[in-house]
This record gives sequence, C-alpha cells and structure tokens, in this order.
Amino acid sequence: MVVQMTGANKSAKFPSRAPILTSVAILIFAFIYLPIVVLIVYSFNRDGVGGFPPQHLTLDWYRQLFADGAIWDAVLNSVIVAAASVALALTLGLLAALALNRADFPGKALFRRLVLLPLILPGIITGLSLLMFAVFVHLPLSLGTVFLGHGTALISVATTELFAGLQKIDRAQEEASLDLGATPWQTFWRVTLPNLKLSLIAAGLLIFTLSMDEIAVTFFLIGRDNTLPLEIWGRLRRGITPEINAISTLIFALSVALIVIWYRIRTRSLGAKPQDLLEQAAAQQQEQAA
Amino acid sequence: MYSRAYKTLITAPPLLWVGLFLLLPYLLMFAHSFWLVRDGFLVHEWNLQNYHKLIANPLYVEVLLRTMRIAASVTLLSVLLGYPLAYYLSFHAGARKELFYQLVIVPLWVSYLVRGYAWKTILGSDGVLNGFLQYLHITHEPVGALLYSPFAVIVMLTHIYTPFVFLPIYASLEHIPRPLVEASHDLGANRLTTFLRVILPLSMPGLLAGATFAFVLSLGDFLAPLLVGGPSGTMIANIVQSLFGAAYDWPLGAAISVCILLITITLLSLTERFEKRWSFK
Amino acid sequence: MANAHSATSGASGVLLAVRGVAKRFGDKEVLKSLSLDIAPGEFITLLGESGSGKTTLLRLIAGFEQPSSGEIWMNGDRLDIQPAHKRRVNTVFQQYALFPHLSVRDNVAYGLRVKKTPKGDVGGRVDQALKMVKMNEFAEAKPTRLSGGQQQRVALARALVNRPQLLLLDEPLSALDANLRKQMQSELKSLQREVGITFLFVTHDQEEAMALSDRIALLRNGALEQVAVPREIYTRPATAYTAQFIGQTNLLKATVKNGIATCGSLKWPTSSADGSALFSLRPEAIQLASDVLPVSARWVRFRGTIQQQIYGGASEQLEIECGAGQPLRARIPSRAALGREQEFSFSADEVVQVKS
Repeated sequence: MVVQMTGANKSAKFPSRAPILTSVAILIFAFIYLPIVVLIVYSFNRDGVGGFPPQHLTLDWYRQLFADGAIWDAVLNSVIVAAASVALALTLGLLAALALNRADFPGKALFRRLVLLPLILPGIITGLSLLMFAVFVHLPLSLGTVFLGHGTALISVATTELFAGLQKIDRAQEEASLDLGATPWQTFWRVTLPNLKLSLIAAGLLIFTLSMDEIAVTFFLIGRDNTLPLEIWGRLRRGITPEINAISTLIFALSVALIVIWYRIRTRSLGAKPQDLLEQAAAQQQEQAA
Repeated sequence: MYSRAYKTLITAPPLLWVGLFLLLPYLLMFAHSFWLVRDGFLVHEWNLQNYHKLIANPLYVEVLLRTMRIAASVTLLSVLLGYPLAYYLSFHAGARKELFYQLVIVPLWVSYLVRGYAWKTILGSDGVLNGFLQYLHITHEPVGALLYSPFAVIVMLTHIYTPFVFLPIYASLEHIPRPLVEASHDLGANRLTTFLRVILPLSMPGLLAGATFAFVLSLGDFLAPLLVGGPSGTMIANIVQSLFGAAYDWPLGAAISVCILLITITLLSLTERFEKRWSFK
Repeated sequence: MANAHSATSGASGVLLAVRGVAKRFGDKEVLKSLSLDIAPGEFITLLGESGSGKTTLLRLIAGFEQPSSGEIWMNGDRLDIQPAHKRRVNTVFQQYALFPHLSVRDNVAYGLRVKKTPKGDVGGRVDQALKMVKMNEFAEAKPTRLSGGQQQRVALARALVNRPQLLLLDEPLSALDANLRKQMQSELKSLQREVGITFLFVTHDQEEAMALSDRIALLRNGALEQVAVPREIYTRPATAYTAQFIGQTNLLKATVKNGIATCGSLKWPTSSADGSALFSLRPEAIQLASDVLPVSARWVRFRGTIQQQIYGGASEQLEIECGAGQPLRARIPSRAALGREQEFSFSADEVVQVKS
C-alpha cells in the first residue's frame, strides 16, 4: 500500500503559476528595452535610421564616429567635468554625511532638505537658479560653471550614499580607536575612512555616470565648450544621423558596465539588500533630465 | 565624543557651500520673480506683475494645464506599468529575482538623451515604427501623428519614469512580510482579495513616493517636448526656457519657475503626510 | 579645586576615585551622584540590571561621555576633563569592536603605533600579548574569520598590550555560549592575577560577578546599592533588593519584640530593634531537622507541609507551607521523595535583617 503525502510539504513560497501576470511582466520588460535595442540595431544599418527592416549592416557609422573630432572633444570635456564633480561632491558629501550623522547644529533639518533638493526638483529650476547666480556675480559661462552645477547638485547623491555607509559602521570601532590612544584625526584616517572605502567608490561611480549624462542643468550653464550630451543635442537639432545611434550605443554599453560594477560594489559594501538602500537613494534620485 | 572643533570642521564647509551655491541661487530665482524687465534691461523694482501676467495670460494657463495633464498621464501609465512589474518580481520571480532586478535598473541609469533619441527615431514618419507597420501592411502610409505631439511626449516620459516608479514600489512590496500573505490565504481570501486588502495598502508608501517623483519631474521637463513634442506638445518648462532665451524676460520666467516650485513642494509635503499615515512600521 | 579628600590625592590604596558623579540624558537621570573608590590591582565588578547605569559609568571612566556633575580622579589627577584618547585607560568592548580591515597583529599593534611607539618594541610586545591570550597562531588572520571567543581574546590583547593602569571590560562574555563563558571566566581571572592590572568589569550576571570579583559594586537605578566582597554581599546583603538579586532568598516580614522576631508561625532570636522589620533567609540555610545536630539555642525548628519538590541534580528545591505568610523556599541535598509533613530547621545566625 502506498501512502501519498499531500500538501504537507508545500513550500512557503508564493505559488508561481500566474501566466497572465508573467506575460504582462514580459511585455513591460519589452517596452523598457525595445527602444534601446532598436537604437543599437540601427546603428549598424547602412540605410540610416528608419524604415523596416534594417538591411545591409555596416560599421560605417562607427568609423564616422571615431573620425569625428568634435564629438571626442566633447567627450573629453565631459570626462573632465565629471571627474572634477566627483572630487567636489565626494568631499563635501562626506562632510555633509558626517555632519548629519554626528553633529547637532541649528538649521540641521533645513540643511538636510536643502542638500537633497536638487534630486527632487526638475533640473530646469536648479539650472536656472545657478544661471541667475552666475550672472549676478558676473561669472562667465563655461565648463567651470557646468562643473559648479554638477558638483553642487550631485552633493545630494554623495551625501545619501555615504550617510548609508556611515550608519553601517559600528560606532564602537571609533570609540575603540580613541580608547587605544588615537586622536580623533588619526581615528578618521585609520578607521572611519577605510570602512567607507566601498561606499566612496560606489558613490563616485554613480556621480561620474550621472555627470556624464547630465543635460537639464548643463543646458543653462554651458559656455563655448560642449559636454557630450549637449554636443549630441546640438546635432539632433540639425537632423538625425545613425552616427548618433553609434555614440548612443557606446554610451549605453559603458553605462551598463559602470552600473553593474556599482551594483556589485554596493552589495558588497552594505551587505543589506541594495534595493532598500536604492529605494532611499533613488526614490530621491535625480534623473539626468530632471 | 566628538569635540567642538571636529563638529565645526565637518559642518562648516558643506553648510557654506550649499548655502552659497544652492540656497542663494534658489533665493535669487525667487527674488527675480518680483522684478521687471523694462526696455530690455532688468530692473530691480519689487512688484507682482509677473504673477498677474501668468494668471491672466490664457496661453500660459493652457500650457500649464496641458503640462499637468501630461504629467498626470505619465504618472498614471508609469504606475500601471511599474506596479505589475514590481509585483511580479517580488512575488513570482523566485530565484531569478536578483537578475531581473538588475535588468530593470540598468535602463534607469542609461542616458535620458539616449532613450529620448530612441523614441524620436521610432515614432517619426520615416521612423522605425512606421516602417514596421508598413512592412506588415497594417498601414499603407506613414502615420504622422505619432511624433511631435503630446502623445509622443507621454510615451517617452512614461518610458523614462516607469523604472523610477518601479523602484520604491518594489521596495515596499519586498518589505511586506510573507506570513501576512499566507495568513490572508489561510483566512480564506483568494489572490485578488489578498492583493486588494493586504498587499496594495501596504505598498502605498512606495507607490506614492514613486508617483510623486514621476509627476514632479514630468511637470518640469523641457527636453522631451523639444525632442518629440513639437508645437502641440509644448510644456510649461519650455515657456520658461524661452523666456530665459530668445524671449528675454527673466523675471517672468522666474515667476513661472516659482509656481512650478510651489506645486512641487506642495505635492511633496502632501505625500510626506500621507506616507506617515499609511506607514505601518 | 583642592584635594579635599585624601582619597583623591593618589595616596596608596586608591587608583580611581569617582566623586559625586551624576549623568543625565535629557531629563532622564541615569546616574545619581555616585561615589566609588577603586584600589590598584583589584578585580572589581559593576553589577546591575540593564538600565542600572553600570555601562554609563564605564563609559564615563573611558571618556566616551562627560559627567553632568561630579569628578573622576585617577592617581591624583583629574580624569574626567581629559579626552578619551589621552587616558591611561583601555576598554574591552561588548561586541569586541575589532578593526575588520586590519589583521589580528595590526589590531593589537594599533594602540602602540598611534602613540608612536618605536618600531623595534612594537613587534615584541604584540607577540607577548598574543601569547598571553593564546592567539599567536592567528596573528595574520582577519577578525571576521575568528569565532566569538577568539575575537574576545584579541580584543583583550589589544587593550592589555598598552599596559593601561585600568582595564574596563563591558560585558565581554555576554555574547559567548555557556561553556565557553565558564572557560573564559577562569582565564580572565588568572590573567588578571598574572598581569596585576586593575580590572573594572561590568556584567548583569550575578554568578559571574561572584566568581570573578575581589569586590562587587551593585548598582540599582543609577545608585550604589552595596559595595562589598562577594562573600559578604551574599551572606550579609544590606537590602532586600541585594538579597534577591544575588542568589535566591526568602524575604520574611517580621515583628520584633524583646529580641524575638515573629513571622507567622516562625520565631527566632534576633538582635534587631523592636518594631517591624524585613529579614532575608537563604534557601540553603533551611534544612531537614533530621539532618542537623543543633549545637545551640540559636537553632530554630518548625513544622511545614511540602507543596513542591523540584529535583535539580545535586540539590532539590522545596516549597514549604508553614504559616509564615508565604511559602518558604528551601534547598536541600537530593534525596528520595519525602513525606508531606516534615520538620525543618535553620540557624538564627543565617537570618539577616535587610532594608526594604
């Protein structure tokens, strides 16, 4: 006689059979990815952008891209601004995170909101405000003002990430360091900073990516020299060419690589589910064009 | 434990920087909205004319309303797309959850411009979509109304903000303890009822956060209309942009910006208050 | 401020003097004007429940908090005005607080290095410290790879290598399981004797306190309840709280008249003043009358009914109803089941008057 066990070993997981939901989810996924896929595919299309289906695949557009001096000048400009923004935002963001984490001072609540404001406000407002400021102090527009805009706005990203990293540090370690005779300054360098290493790298990667892609604030602060997004923007006004598809594809590939690295580092540094912290950070995260 | 010198050292620099380069500029914008342009020059006379112009001008009002309609549509669609995706990932994705999650956030960080441009190439008369439809003989001539319309703006912004709305909703759903769901089933509720009575209410904070975010950012967006909106898809931020450009009237532009700012802040405070009430932690 | 008390002037016999120290957090008073002297070379324990203020006092001595009022002196110098990193005091933290990015060796060397100890000395002292806690094999390992007990020892070495005048230990054994705890207790005790450094040990476990300490300072709600050697604090508790917190006891509400205390049907001779008084009688002091040969008139006999007999291995606990108001608890060596009615006996010397 065979005794059947029924139901007793049902796993605690939610039943997975939901065909409609699955199909819907797949469709939504497709909606999110399809435009990018189209973009990439047409960067190899000889006959330009449009029409269907793409025939005659070619690398010509990439060759044209690599010969295009103006684009690469713009890339260099973007990289310089991004690197400088990372330096500024990380430094001030670290101090701000420390201040919010450890000090009480008048106006702390206001400061916290002010620092996070550029993340939530549409970029045009931050961009115009800084423009007015530049005019007010007779500062000519240039990559310098762009750097000012990026660096200041991205302090918010740095603060959020580093604050989360600080909270993970066991306060007792700093006390132990003081207890063993290290001055507060020594403690900062020998204990606090090494513990923040991963958070700093993750924040830096994110700030770099966001600065490279920034348009809205940059739009109003740009001088003679273009950053990459604005160079592309300028060309778009003149018409569509697959060369833009090519550079877009490259940007996409690079962004993907950076973000995956960022995600891995963040997971390692914070241990907790990154989605919780991403929710904090990205729920107030500034989208490039915002 | 921290000396006063230490606390001053870490507080002063960011406070000063943010005060100088963030607070002051925002205040400047606020001040500009009360000034005037006369004979092509900025005049520092305090007045409310700009706000009168804003309210009295039917064009501005119309564009503002259109902008709010677009923002609302984008928000609604993003939620309608983002929620099922988050729900699927949280409750049905099983072991592949991490992978799918990464797949969703990757487009999030990819350039706004890149994605907007993609839609431009898809929706145009010579675009990919039209080519596709003609290829399948669904249509015989290009559908012109896809690009350069409010519709295109909505499609593009929805595409941009769906992952944004997904994130906080997913986080909320992940926070729901699974025993609650099991308890609901145990008490006799089917999946739909469980969703409506248990899961949806508990995911409200995330939903509100995401929706607010999408709305606020869509409201102030000026790039999408320039890319795919055309004249009929102009939004309020474009008006601001032109007032700071060719139409040189900074005070008026500032006034409109202040309005956008006010709407944003109001919405954010409302959401914060709602979130506190809805939060079940 | 002049050294009004000779005890603060670093005269032999007092290493650390806590004088009228109080600590408030907001409007909550965590320590209430506490005074305590700690002798050099002693193993003294701050014992108390959570919230009693024991950890706060430790942190004040370590320098992580400032007293709201009062002073702390060490060897004739004011301690509480010195910043933490300048004090000749080291701490072993409850969760060890080892630096995860440094190896065991670098952790232990940390204190020496930041104080710019000559490089030649560092290596030798670190090795010696590691040998003392038997962790020299693990010198190159990272702390995250070590077990709780092993991390414990490294934390100890890291603190001791600096040769502090006072070592603070903040519930260092509470995260260990029972067997490991007992083992570490005896190791700590012998280590302290070997090294000769004054240990200030904080715990909520009264058995641990009794096993390790030269003296116990019992804290309750921010004030010292009693400070004494373990034997005295056990046999002569000053208050009902002490009697109940340390070990078990029976509290007897009695009326004293003319040298006789009466509690229900129990009567015993006492030297306490007339009036009502509270007495403590330990369970192990109550024995079966048949087991005892009374040697003086101070032995009291009474009859009682056994309500419960709880077997405990080496001993048993009895609950006896004897008309004393509440059941008495007695602890006797184990034996086969007893009849319900029994005669019991205890010495009046074991009955201690306590403040309520």
